[in-house]
Amino acid sequence: MTQPVERGPDEQTRDANVPVEPIPEAGGSRSRTLAQRDARFGQLLLAPTLVVVVTMVVLPILWTVILAFQDLRLIDLRRRGLFGAFTLDNFIAVFSSPGFWAALRTTLLFSVVGTVSSIGIGLAATLALRGAFRGRTFVRASMLLPYVAPVVAVTFVWQTMLSPQFGIVNAIGTEVFGWDDPIAFLSQRSADVTVLGIEFTVPVALLTVMTFEAWRYFPFAFLFLTARIQALPRDLEKAAQMDGATVSQRFRYVVFPQLLPTIALLAVLRFIFTFNEFDDVYLLTGGGAGTQVVSVRVYYLLTSRGDVGAASAQALVLALILVVLVGLYFRFVGRPMGDQT
Amino acid sequence: MTDTAHASGARTEPPRSAAPAQRRWSRDRVETLVFGVLRWVVIVVLLVVTLFPMYYMVVLSLRSLDEVVLRPALLWPAEFDWSTYVQVLVSEEEGGQGFLVFMRNSAVLAVLTVVFTLLAAIPGAYAISRLEFFGRRQVSALFLAVYLFPAILLAVPLFVFFSAVGLRGSLVGLVVVYVAQTVPLSIYMLRNYFETVPVSLEQAAAMDGASRLTILRRISLPLAMPAVVSNALFVFMIAWNEFLFALLFLAENRPRWTVSLGLAQLAGSIEIPTTVLMAGSVLLTLPIVLLFFLAERLLVEGLTSGAEKG
Repeated sequence: MTQPVERGPDEQTRDANVPVEPIPEAGGSRSRTLAQRDARFGQLLLAPTLVVVVTMVVLPILWTVILAFQDLRLIDLRRRGLFGAFTLDNFIAVFSSPGFWAALRTTLLFSVVGTVSSIGIGLAATLALRGAFRGRTFVRASMLLPYVAPVVAVTFVWQTMLSPQFGIVNAIGTEVFGWDDPIAFLSQRSADVTVLGIEFTVPVALLTVMTFEAWRYFPFAFLFLTARIQALPRDLEKAAQMDGATVSQRFRYVVFPQLLPTIALLAVLRFIFTFNEFDDVYLLTGGGAGTQVVSVRVYYLLTSRGDVGAASAQALVLALILVVLVGLYFRFVGRPMGDQT
Repeated sequence: MTDTAHASGARTEPPRSAAPAQRRWSRDRVETLVFGVLRWVVIVVLLVVTLFPMYYMVVLSLRSLDEVVLRPALLWPAEFDWSTYVQVLVSEEEGGQGFLVFMRNSAVLAVLTVVFTLLAAIPGAYAISRLEFFGRRQVSALFLAVYLFPAILLAVPLFVFFSAVGLRGSLVGLVVVYVAQTVPLSIYMLRNYFETVPVSLEQAAAMDGASRLTILRRISLPLAMPAVVSNALFVFMIAWNEFLFALLFLAENRPRWTVSLGLAQLAGSIEIPTTVLMAGSVLLTLPIVLLFFLAERLLVEGLTSGAEKG
């Protein structure tokens, strides 16, 4: 590099008899000023980020807390200030409405099934693609498509595929498998299915949304598990094989325990994301047919009813439940992130 | 196959000892066979499941709606009908859906988000990885918290705030929100990379009188370029695909719709043929998929850096 070295703004105060800036580890009397200078510079570098995150994330969250304790409609906002009369009405309304409990139950079920199935499929994909073969790079990239493709596009394709009028799934179902009627996968709340003489009631739309969730997010688990499995040393497995361990035994006793920390981390991340999921459910069913999760409910409270107070209270309760669940997890299962935080 | 985990040819040597080895050999052989077959079943099923929806999207965009309703199970267009693409792209006045404008909006939004995210994240990530200052640890925790709270929790106050200042319905407001959402992730990804740059290089430059800013610009940044590029692509994807905030902020202002929002808003309409919207869907997906296949390796490595530590 031949360009003259540029000086940072805090370089102008440099002491004339310090020709070479001491390296960070160097001791001596000048290291304190350097440390201070570094600290100031560090804060300066981080300032833009901090400003954006605080104004667009932290303050809104705090504001939600305030809004949740007020009886506020969207139309009142212009006339009323930030601090109106505080009330607990919103929370009483949240906890006493049957819609909330139903939505919470749906959210929990959706999160658990979505998390477990996406990690399960991701693990299967990881193991299947572990050994090299021609075209593996292409297959791996294809596995990630559901995750990288725009959510609006893939939900639209799913809606079309599952359409009772001209969807391919129902076309194949009625023509090939002899279904009596097309199934309204996304708008039918439940169906009675008889398996081996026992009748079950199946939540059709909810199951469909869960299947979508597994489909869309198994690549996420696949990505992380593949990164981990590629870093595993082969010696242990080789040794186990020498000792006569079969394929399943090598997985059960050698590979799986080494994947467990990654699986635990994935479980937490996926649970958090699925619990907060809005796009998938809203776009597939609009929250109808027994698929209303809490975040979709908050959206409708805000937009169609304009009930800011109730929407805030509900969103806050959702966040608090998540914090408690994740806290319990860390308390009893341990920290999957180890020293990485 | 060079791999041994599922390799059937791994145990070619006959077992030495007779009796106990005989039993193990049989179980091992059965399992190797079963899992060897199962493995290919899994690969084929997953390939079909991931690729078919994309294929179906493209095929449907090229068929006429009448034909689709008549023969829904057909998997190849009887004749290629490209008019759907024209219809979806041209403006409303010309009888189309105006996706060309939506695509421009999405592109502007995504590019601005990438630029501002990187402008904030590169110095931020460098500061967190290299400089010791008060509040460094707390900042990392704060960023983690961003993803713990549901986006819908931010939706209420941001909706109210942007309505009040008159920025709801503008792309500028949305860029700010997107940057706030992507910067923490961006800093996390870049920080891991900055930490792999040898400190000795920076110390050598410091010896030569280079300031911190110079070191960042002339040494750390060029070395971290792969991570920066993958990060830029990743942020672009997030911004291009984003739906919830676009819905909240732009829904009432059709000329400002993004492709995602446009498709979602029009999907419920009965007047617009599904095949036309499928063409819109292809236009929404294509840039992302192209970008992804071009930079797959970069993206995957950027996203999972640090994950292999477990």
